[in-house]
Amino acid sequence: MTEPLIEANDLEKAYRFFRLSNVALRLEAGQILGFVGPNGAGKSTTIRILMGMIRQDHGSVRVLGRAMPRDQAAAKRDIGFVSEDMHLHAAATVDWHMRFVASIYPGWDGSYAQTLLRRFNLQPAQRVKALSHGERVKAALLLVLARRPRLLLLDEPTTGLDPVARHEILGELMDVVRDERRGILFSSHNTQDVEQISDQITFIDRGRIIDSSDKEAFLDRWRRLSLEVPAGATVPPLPGAVEMTSTGRIAVVTTKAYSPEVEDACVRAGLTIREVQRMTLEEIFVANVMSQRQERGQ
Amino acid sequence: MTGKVQRATQRNRHLDGSVIECILCILNINSELLISQADRRPMYLQIIEQIRRRIAVGDWPPGHELPSIRALAAAVQVSVITVKRAYLELERDGVIVTRQGKGSFVADSADLSLQLRHDELDEHLAAAAGVARALGMSQKELTDRLDTVFKTGNEKES
Repeated sequence: MTEPLIEANDLEKAYRFFRLSNVALRLEAGQILGFVGPNGAGKSTTIRILMGMIRQDHGSVRVLGRAMPRDQAAAKRDIGFVSEDMHLHAAATVDWHMRFVASIYPGWDGSYAQTLLRRFNLQPAQRVKALSHGERVKAALLLVLARRPRLLLLDEPTTGLDPVARHEILGELMDVVRDERRGILFSSHNTQDVEQISDQITFIDRGRIIDSSDKEAFLDRWRRLSLEVPAGATVPPLPGAVEMTSTGRIAVVTTKAYSPEVEDACVRAGLTIREVQRMTLEEIFVANVMSQRQERGQ
Repeated sequence: MTGKVQRATQRNRHLDGSVIECILCILNINSELLISQADRRPMYLQIIEQIRRRIAVGDWPPGHELPSIRALAAAVQVSVITVKRAYLELERDGVIVTRQGKGSFVADSADLSLQLRHDELDEHLAAAAGVARALGMSQKELTDRLDTVFKTGNEKES
């Protein structure tokens, strides 16, 4: 068993109007971790702590086996970081940036960079200020991908991109994990991208991790049951039920711990099961956030 | 990728089918499996079904080597864990065998396509049971219905 690429425990960071508490994250080599949360949930703060750019008030972070932020210089050689507010030099060309990064990182793979230029349809002679938003994101990704770092930390890499650009970027990310030694953490509020390529999923809301597991387990555990409740019968307490709405004789129950047992309990209570639906990651995410906010009385 | 196939196909319209076939086989893995997000079924089930179909129609004969999990994941842009799950279930059902360090292959069992047809029947029966449950029918009512359908079929044949 190789060491995890990321291992963070009990992270705390307090700001005047925002607090990150009890955050734990883990990424194994060869995997993609989708870090999902609404705007302002603490995704960027967490990623910056992983990068050693912000010092946590409390808790331990090891990235590529190095303690952060203490050993950040050594760790960063093998991390590729892309965020929305990362500034390329507007007046410089794509090619200038490529030569600049190549001069700093000995691992720069020039032929892979050329391949990426073609795949992303970027013109090396073009100045950054003339690039569209999508092209700028692709250029920033190219600059980290061609270094072939073991770990990619991507803060909202697909936000604001058109479907074709998203498709190209997701394809490139999947290509990275053909190598079992490498891994990717990417944050997003686009649950469709996360559902498609992630192996592990972690939900964050209002500075807290609210759920975390492998994607297949996530999608298997959550179900929505549509039940017919005859006169005189009531819906019994069901395992993992997080939400129930009823109109007339139809009740809809959302559970986060589905098993045949849930259906048995309904039948025993005299209910008729109309339908058992799987849920998309987006539906799971929303139900999860809403139910946890309710539990906390927020 | 579909765009590329279309373009390649258009460009070669004057060529015969075998050339087009060959272009498609260069684009191999991508054109073999198509995962749809509009499909409500989970992605691992879509992968399983498409591999089973490839085998059932004889495109992938016994002994045929499947793409590696990571290669297929990259080709269809679906997470490794999803493809892994599909392969594990296919292995558990005896459809494919995985040899450590060598890869995954279509199982040698001679009656595999028969087995697949049995599995298909089970799926239809499960779907029928689902509809019956939704209609509030008992198990007995459903089997009675099946008996009737079965008898009608026999009478027609004789």
